[in-house]
Amino acid sequence: MSGETVLELAGVTKVYGEEPPVHALRGVSLSVRRGELVAIVGPSGSGKSTLLHVIGTLEQPSSGIVRIGGVDAAGLSDRELSQLRAREIGFVFQQFFLAEHATARENVADGLLYAGVSASERHRRADEALERVGLAERASFKPSKLSGGERQRVAIARALVGQPAIVLADEPTGNLDSGNGASIVELIRELNASGATIIVITHDTSLAAQLPRQIRVLDGQVVSDLAKAEGS
Amino acid sequence: MSADRGRLEPSDWLRVASVGLRARPLRAALSALGIAIGTAAIVGVLGLSSSSQAGLIAEINKLGTNLLTVEAGQKLTGGPAQLPREAPARLTLLDDVHQVADTALMQEMYVYRSSIVPVGETGGIQVRATSLNLLSVLGTGIARGEWLNAGTAREPVAVLGALAAQQLGIDQIQPGEQIWLGGQWFSLAGILQPSPLTPEIDVSALIGYPAAERYLGYVSIVDGEQAAGPPSTIYIRAATGHEAAVQSLLGQTADPSAPYEVNVSQPSDVLTARAAAAGAFDSLFLGLGVVALIVGAVGVANIMIISVLERRSEIGLRRALGATKAQIRTQFLAESILLAAIGGVVGVLAGAAATAVYASSKSWDVVIPFEAWSGGIVSAILIGALAGLMPAVRASRLPPTVALRTV
Repeated sequence: MSGETVLELAGVTKVYGEEPPVHALRGVSLSVRRGELVAIVGPSGSGKSTLLHVIGTLEQPSSGIVRIGGVDAAGLSDRELSQLRAREIGFVFQQFFLAEHATARENVADGLLYAGVSASERHRRADEALERVGLAERASFKPSKLSGGERQRVAIARALVGQPAIVLADEPTGNLDSGNGASIVELIRELNASGATIIVITHDTSLAAQLPRQIRVLDGQVVSDLAKAEGS
Repeated sequence: MSADRGRLEPSDWLRVASVGLRARPLRAALSALGIAIGTAAIVGVLGLSSSSQAGLIAEINKLGTNLLTVEAGQKLTGGPAQLPREAPARLTLLDDVHQVADTALMQEMYVYRSSIVPVGETGGIQVRATSLNLLSVLGTGIARGEWLNAGTAREPVAVLGALAAQQLGIDQIQPGEQIWLGGQWFSLAGILQPSPLTPEIDVSALIGYPAAERYLGYVSIVDGEQAAGPPSTIYIRAATGHEAAVQSLLGQTADPSAPYEVNVSQPSDVLTARAAAAGAFDSLFLGLGVVALIVGAVGVANIMIISVLERRSEIGLRRALGATKAQIRTQFLAESILLAAIGGVVGVLAGAAATAVYASSKSWDVVIPFEAWSGGIVSAILIGALAGLMPAVRASRLPPTVALRTV
């Protein structure tokens, strides 16, 4: 796996507050190449959520460099950062965050709402994305009619619909039972196999162990970065 | 990377702005209700005053503004004046005078349903002797029965004005119907239609001059001979457009020896004044409407603030999906404006419907002034913008990481 670098962090720090300052990230450097499937794993308080926010450009680092798809996120305006998120980053959340009054198709299509894509094109691509996550026949269902696993699949389809450079999945199995969780992990592996670059942020070491590369975070620092051999 | 390409199309904006309303329709309806009530009150007040004014103006135009009256006034030395007997004949000779009719009020004469009604219960009905051409001059007609003619004018026969008939409880003419008039029985020939320009005719029982002379002793002595008269009120139809010129000549023509003892008036003035008064809207209700609008605005602001707090995760998600701060701000501002505008439109429709129902029941033209309905909708939109501004700015300033943090 030797694609171009889609995510690069160099010496990233994040300090909250002043009295006393909380050092959430203390010089994190890592890079992810296109087509990788990476777990960022660490216990709560390790700084992995802050790392997720910085990678997702929802928060600016105190220092250091964040490059997504070759673009340096530092110094971008709100509009430019928003466009970066709209085009290059897909988010999957533990709580799914689906709009309850909208259908699965509309929820997925909203993944492209702010990317400057016409409504008909958004719906066409939403149907494609739903097919990729195995929910083509549920496109017109509202989330209340879907199981937890199906809801997370809708959320994953929404993250994928814009074909972003990276998909950030924050505890994607956290709200699911083990059976549904396992099938979501399986889906993530399939999507990665078909080309998507996915970063899973989790505290669950057994989930992380199923993924090809694990970056362990503790006290705001990367403590290990292990890639399994291919095919293992 | 062009930031412009992230713009939403109008249809997307409409969908995004209505997310909150579709998710909680009852709440949206209730918070729009205050604005609807305020707008309805304002549109209704303006619509009703305009419609009633239009109704009165239509009535005035139908009745004509060219009716003038000459009445006996007060003597300079005090006491009631009298018009000369020849006044109607002289007024007929004036240029631009088309028709002249006259009536004479019988002082101290009253009308009762029968002879056993107590004397004090006059019902305010007056007795007037009249010239036979009165109806054509007034432009009014007979509702029931017949008008006086040269024959019945000599006999104890009366015709009742509309209100006088109502007062006596008579709504149709039975053969042999009689009323007790001035201490004797008079046959009832007919009932008049209402005459809005001359309310004194409405409350009168009308008899012929010869009958007044013969049965009620209303006579003048001229050169030793008895003669009918004098009149107390003269009605003149002038050529339209020449009313003022004719009016200025009436006093000295009617009584050249004492023109200042003659009162000259234009009855349509009263209706014109009423129309002007009807056009002046009721400021109390208008004030209540404004208060309702303010309360409605507070309600919308309150709902929007709650909405922003409740929908933090939606805001966080939209930011993660690539919405700019400005787009979040616009979304909540648009939602507030949409909410208020729905209230405004419903209010305008309700106010217009109320006006239409009331105006139709009064047979007025339905007039909803442009300022009323456009002003109602525009002010609702402004209120929505004002009420939504602070919540929208709050929503846009919410850091996405905070918005995504859940319990």
